[in-house]
Amino acid sequence: MTMPYYVAPEQVMKDRAEYAQKGIARGRSLVATTYAEGVLMVAENPSRSLHKISEIYDRIAFGGVGKYNEYDQLRVAGVRHADTKGFAFSREDVDARSLANLYAQFLGNVFTHEMKPLEVEILVAELGADGRPDQLYHIAYEGTITDEDRFAVLGGDAETIAARVNEGWQADRDLRGALGAAVGALAGPERTLGADDLEVAVLSRDNGRRTFRRITDEMLAELLGPAPSATGRSRATRKGSAVAAAKRVGTAETTEGPGGQASDEAAVTGGDSGSPGDDK
Amino acid sequence: MGLPIFSPTEDPGPDFVSLLRRAGLPPMQPGTEQLSVRHATTVVALRFTDGVVMAGDRRATEGHSIAHRAMEKVFPADRYSAVAIAGAAGFAVEMVRLFQVQLEHYEKVEGVTLSLEGKANQLAQMVRQHLPLAMQGLAVVPLFAGYDLARGSGRIFTHDVTGGHYEEADFQATGSGGRDARTTIKLGFRESLSRDEAVELAIQALYEAADEDAGTGGPDLVRGIYPLVAVVTADGYLQADEDEVAEHFATLIDRKRTEREAFGAPNRGGEPA
Repeated sequence: MTMPYYVAPEQVMKDRAEYAQKGIARGRSLVATTYAEGVLMVAENPSRSLHKISEIYDRIAFGGVGKYNEYDQLRVAGVRHADTKGFAFSREDVDARSLANLYAQFLGNVFTHEMKPLEVEILVAELGADGRPDQLYHIAYEGTITDEDRFAVLGGDAETIAARVNEGWQADRDLRGALGAAVGALAGPERTLGADDLEVAVLSRDNGRRTFRRITDEMLAELLGPAPSATGRSRATRKGSAVAAAKRVGTAETTEGPGGQASDEAAVTGGDSGSPGDDK
Repeated sequence: MGLPIFSPTEDPGPDFVSLLRRAGLPPMQPGTEQLSVRHATTVVALRFTDGVVMAGDRRATEGHSIAHRAMEKVFPADRYSAVAIAGAAGFAVEMVRLFQVQLEHYEKVEGVTLSLEGKANQLAQMVRQHLPLAMQGLAVVPLFAGYDLARGSGRIFTHDVTGGHYEEADFQATGSGGRDARTTIKLGFRESLSRDEAVELAIQALYEAADEDAGTGGPDLVRGIYPLVAVVTADGYLQADEDEVAEHFATLIDRKRTEREAFGAPNRGGEPA
């Protein structure tokens, strides 16, 4: 009869952590910052259809880095949790904190009980309602949860990027300013990132009930390009139409009853196939 | 409520109803028979050049009494479609709520929106699940219309209690006053109506239905409650302004009165001699 090998629990945890960290470090990073109108999320992602950033609920967004299939499973679970809760109770009762806790418990459980930890780091962002601050919950592969109210960085090179974001931090920037700073921090001094390398979405107070909106490539190129004067006007109209869209379904301000469910379109850009996700 | 994670073989996919079942919250369970149920309605939908117009009266009745004067029967299903309901109010509103969440749920899980046909089919399945209750007299009959982005035109779908759904060419009306409304639209309909003409026709149809059907409410001038009118075009779902609706009614009533006076009829209904 063979004796099972004894491995010290410390060693097991250390090995698992190392394994997960390696997996996450292979993928590219994601930066989320607050700005004047809400929360901005920017990820380095050449794919147009395999998203790192997605909508969970009216005021909640999800960001994931690491292994795509693993964080996508978590994303779908989050949508299910939020929709079920909103249907059973009320749309106001769906909050990011409880969802972030569930994620943390799940990741913690998998980390201690399963053979292989999940190679993911996720972010649950919530747009503050009624003057409450925006919240960013950063959940690591082993279930550690931290909450930030300024910015969060996920991924392999997080510390360096976080230092760069912190250095240039300014509160209440406009979208163009916040995007420029986030992209600059992601790219670092030696690289430049264009619209094709990025996936960008916002939770914006201007967007009506469903606050999540993807920034399309065209708009992104415009925002990353040289500032106002020439492009100022078209931006203004676009913003105007977003506000109009919000007004259009404006009767839907009530949160109870079906009247409150007017969809304000979370511009789903999918469709065209990009190269598959960069994460392995 | 735990984190809903399923094994690949048991995954409900983007189907919100089966997700609810797994969560132990089965929607629309039969067996809750009620004695008095809010009923009766007129809702209409018609196509015009840029999309569809949908309108519904605001009255809910319980037997012979009015249960609610400002009930909403026309809802946005998602950005490009609208759903209107006729039938047992409690179940109908629940069905609409479920339908709205289902469409949004699908969009979020899958990352793309359902086609208009797909949405109509989803609604039909919900109506079919409701069949046991419909047999007890608690029928829910929705009318679904939307703007088909792929085709670039408005489309209307009718449902029956058994879950059948049929596409209508130009217009449809359901509810207890549906027949009168339909006839009115039939007489006034032509190809390529403008938005305003379509809204006007929908309002006229509701007026005639309210004139003939006790279950359908007309414009409530005293309280300022007017039927709900929604317009769905390439720009999305847009509820018509209450002032606009009120104005259309004012014009209509004025015209009716002038016509009657021109015929020399006394300005009152058929009173006993």
